[in-house]
Amino acid sequence: MKALLRGLLDWINARFPLLKLWNEHLAQYYAPKNFNFWYFFGSLALLVLVIQIVTGIFLTMHYKPDAELAFASVEHIMRDVELGWLIRYMHSTGASFFFIVVYLHMFRGVMYGSFKAPRELIWLLGMFLYLALMAEAFMGYLLPWGNMSYWGAQVIVNLFSTIPWVGPDFAIWLRGDFAVSDATLTRFFALHVAAVPLAILLLVALHIIALHEVGSNNPDGIEIKKHKDAEGKPLDGIPFHPYYTVKDIWGSAVFLFLFALVVFFAPEMGGYFLEPDNFSPADPLLTPEHIVPVWYFTPFYSVLRAIPDPQLGALAMLLAIVVLFFLPWIDRNPVRSVRYRSPLYRLNLIVFAITFVVLGYLGFHPPTPLYAELALRFSELYFLFFVLLWFYSRPRSSTMRMATLVAVLGLISFYDVMRIEEGKEAFVLFGWMLPAVFSAITISGSSLPRLGRDAIPPERLTA
Amino acid sequence: MKRALLLCGLLAAGPAWGADAGDLPGYEVRVDLTNKAALQRGAKYFANYCLSCHSLKYSRYSRVAEDLGMTREMVEDNLIFTGRRVDETMEVAMSPDDAEGWFGAAPPDLSVIARQKGADYIYEYLMTFYADDARPWGVNNWRFPHTTMPHVLWRQQGLQKAEWAEVIEDGATRKVISGLTLETPGLMTPEEYQQMVVDVTSFLVYVAEPARLTRESAGVWVLLFLLVLAGLAYFLKREYWQDIH
Repeated sequence: MKALLRGLLDWINARFPLLKLWNEHLAQYYAPKNFNFWYFFGSLALLVLVIQIVTGIFLTMHYKPDAELAFASVEHIMRDVELGWLIRYMHSTGASFFFIVVYLHMFRGVMYGSFKAPRELIWLLGMFLYLALMAEAFMGYLLPWGNMSYWGAQVIVNLFSTIPWVGPDFAIWLRGDFAVSDATLTRFFALHVAAVPLAILLLVALHIIALHEVGSNNPDGIEIKKHKDAEGKPLDGIPFHPYYTVKDIWGSAVFLFLFALVVFFAPEMGGYFLEPDNFSPADPLLTPEHIVPVWYFTPFYSVLRAIPDPQLGALAMLLAIVVLFFLPWIDRNPVRSVRYRSPLYRLNLIVFAITFVVLGYLGFHPPTPLYAELALRFSELYFLFFVLLWFYSRPRSSTMRMATLVAVLGLISFYDVMRIEEGKEAFVLFGWMLPAVFSAITISGSSLPRLGRDAIPPERLTA
Repeated sequence: MKRALLLCGLLAAGPAWGADAGDLPGYEVRVDLTNKAALQRGAKYFANYCLSCHSLKYSRYSRVAEDLGMTREMVEDNLIFTGRRVDETMEVAMSPDDAEGWFGAAPPDLSVIARQKGADYIYEYLMTFYADDARPWGVNNWRFPHTTMPHVLWRQQGLQKAEWAEVIEDGATRKVISGLTLETPGLMTPEEYQQMVVDVTSFLVYVAEPARLTRESAGVWVLLFLLVLAGLAYFLKREYWQDIH
């Protein structure tokens, strides 16, 4: 039996690089030995992708992409299809978990400087993956043809009509109609089940190939390839298989436990994963009171609403996403990991994480004057993060510090002067303090060595 | 695990945005889906009083029979008044066009109403009809002002009268309802009527998601399995990682 198996493997290896692939990507792929909690999310993203594809295939067997039938076919899945409810909840919960995992994965990359040279392409491919994922989620959300699906799609497609000159025609081309309709549903279905998943799979392959070419970064942000033994193996590296395969199995089991907790006990997640308004069928004549996108889009939705002018707002939102692509060229500091960066850098990172969550929260709620003001201020903090990343890239002269602070404060104040209304002065001034004080501390504070200086990373991994 | 379960429960119950959670003082409903008798009564009430106008078009009689522990014959004899067969969906006989002519709007399908509006909404709506001569059917509703639905259960509940209070809002006085009192008693005592509404609400919560009857009990087994798997995976990982320092 064993001889037979060996023979078969030899036969294959003579014709296909099976052993070579296995070795290059698993058994002889050396990963740093100090991966921590944050390094689970890459493999978990892959796991969720598999869950989404498998459950998606089964949903496609029973779903009907037709404006007349779509809503009913989802209820048919929930009621008449054997275990249909489980498959559907796994898919809907999987969508939200995909974003949780991906956001944590991205934050890991920022925290440990995984986007820096020589890993810029991994970051870029990852960003394209993120874009594809957003497109996939957005189009998938239309398919249940609930009223929030319908109006959410209406709002997001309308964003494209703010593009100068070609916008309105472009939006019609996207929808295939003058409003979201059956034509939109069928094309979104095609894109959701075929086109975008193919793009995602391709990008995942490229992302991993690029990663395995340069090797993984780690929480210390230093290269393990600098110190190799006589055989050329990194001293601080361990083969991905079996070490990280067994570790990721344990991580996956814990993840699946949390996943099942939601699928079986709170599939609606209090209205965050499945929105109440989506349990009534799409109705072009009945606009929901508050149109809110699903939670994973709300941070960017907040940026969009922070500026009253639709064109400028859409531009700001676009910029909020596009700026992430340029991270490797914004932060040029050779020290990668947050562990060895300055206290001010850490403060900036923490504030950025909080900002993202706050923007997400604000995007969920109607823009009352207070919330609208907060959304603007936190949007400013969002962009300030990138300015500070650039600023902390190297030691700055006092002239540069001054110039940066003046430029930042000038921009913020200029926008406030443009929009200020009678009787709102105190309100705007209070809001202005938030980004102003933060930038004053983070920019001028960098002159203090204790706050502004990075540490020297160690030669070898610490833990 | 308990804590995680609790957390999940809190999250699920927490922000009830969107499904405008009814906040009428003194009205609150507890739905117990393990109470099969209540669900059966709810099904009976619904078939008798609601199903003539409101369909449950995604639900099948046979599924209701199976889930609530009734025989197909019981359902055929007690719940079906439209000549439909037991394996068919629960539609109404009335045509939507007629309905629109009679009521001003076609009565909506209620298959998933409990997931859209929440149990509290249904309960409050059915509890808070009150006499109002200005309305076409002589009744108005506290939860859903200017509803076009007549008070179908008025014989059971009797008629309530609204108590009004004045509030000052943005400098203008406005009259708002402060409470309802029973003016003309019905065939049922208030307690009996309340139980009836709880039963109908429970039935609608069940119908909105029949899988819920088994979902959580199945979930416990899945979690136990994953717990064992995670435990084994943890020890496997520890075994392999012993020699890594």
